[in-house]
Amino acid sequence: MSVSNEVLLDVQGLEKAYGGNQVLNGITTQIRRGEVVAIIGPSGCGKSTFLRSLNLLEEPTGGKILFEGTDITDPKVDINRHRQKIGMVFQQFNLFPHKTVKENIMLAPVTLKLMSKEEAEKTALELLKRVGLPDKADSYPDMLSGGQKQRIAIARSLAMNPDVMLFDEPTSALDPEMVGEVLELMQELAKSGMTMVVVTHEMGFAREVATRVLFIDEGKIQEENSPKEFFANPKNKRLREFLSKTL
Amino acid sequence: MSLIEQFQFNFLDDNRWQFIVSGLKNTIIITFFAVLLGIFLGFVIAIVRSTHDKTGKLKILNAICRVYLTVIRGTPTMVQLLIVYYVIFATVDPGKIVVAIIAFGMNSAAYVAEIVRSGIMSIDQGQFEAGRSLGLNYTQTMTKIILPQAVKNILPALGNELIVLLKETSISGYIGLTDLTRGGDIIRSQTYSALFPLLAVAAIYLVIVCFLTYLVGKLERRLRTNERK
Repeated sequence: MSVSNEVLLDVQGLEKAYGGNQVLNGITTQIRRGEVVAIIGPSGCGKSTFLRSLNLLEEPTGGKILFEGTDITDPKVDINRHRQKIGMVFQQFNLFPHKTVKENIMLAPVTLKLMSKEEAEKTALELLKRVGLPDKADSYPDMLSGGQKQRIAIARSLAMNPDVMLFDEPTSALDPEMVGEVLELMQELAKSGMTMVVVTHEMGFAREVATRVLFIDEGKIQEENSPKEFFANPKNKRLREFLSKTL
Repeated sequence: MSLIEQFQFNFLDDNRWQFIVSGLKNTIIITFFAVLLGIFLGFVIAIVRSTHDKTGKLKILNAICRVYLTVIRGTPTMVQLLIVYYVIFATVDPGKIVVAIIAFGMNSAAYVAEIVRSGIMSIDQGQFEAGRSLGLNYTQTMTKIILPQAVKNILPALGNELIVLLKETSISGYIGLTDLTRGGDIIRSQTYSALFPLLAVAAIYLVIVCFLTYLVGKLERRLRTNERK
């Protein structure tokens, strides 16, 4: 697990407002290759909106996002091409219910003509082995448990061979006994060097797996630090309150 | 006259059954092509409308579609049929069957459009986001992810629309077209007996509707086994 100096995502003064409601108030941060950034904060603080802005599922109303040097907030940029390199894992999994597990993983690479059907199938089976579900290739998502669904969703995202992966509260919709299997997989991903940005309520994950932790409140980064410092020595008053309630 | 004699008089004498057969043929042709036109046009309208709802684009097309839906759904089918025949095709004659196909197809399109749109809107926004986040563009997300699920959900409603359309074609006689209903009516006008011709016509509609219901149900079950075992 090594963090390079190469900046993958360079976020500059990011703002997002819905009507008169300012959700993001100028967020500036850089995410380097190999980093695992955990984002925590009270609900409604804008952390999900921030994450969803990084691949423009939410369109920012101000500021810039440079992904591998390209400003993806520029309307002239082909966002679809960049999204192929930014994986995303959702709280509600969002697997395609009308496709088998295998087809879920193959859909994007085949539709975008990045792989032939045979290659995509081979990749899908390899990824299923990696996420520990090799026997589920021909199952439909509705037949799987929440934890299995999320592991498939991660495999689907990995099939695009992304440079960075965004996780939007990946374990919040899971039954407690299934949280572990998903976190374990994410930890394995982190070890393999994947760059990850994770919005989470799992303080254990933030503490043990993240290389950096951000605390967002009122649409701003209030504090960021290495996990060790972040939890042992929180400086921001609101963060101290937040941690005292959650730990 | 005994029932057997009546049957013979109404259907066998002078080969009167041929009115029923040729009428049935026209009814099936009109319904078949009107359904194709209605589904095609209906999907186009639905996609324009829901693209506008989701992205805010296609403002002008959306406005045209809305006017279209309002007019078609706000006026009786029969009046529409008469307008298409006597006004739109007043000077050129493409044939009554074609007129009927266009009139019923355009009418059905309005209802199909709203069915399809409700199907698209019923798919969770997360499906859309999952597609887009993988790098698929709007059209790819629509055709690969949203529409296949939407169609499955709206199949019963589409089957119902097909049945309604089949029965609506029974007003084709108003533009002088011999459809199934008019075929039975011609027999009645010749034999002055209403019972047999009209019952026969009703029975044929009923059999076709039952058959269509069976087909739609079968298709529905086949699509559903996809998801759960």
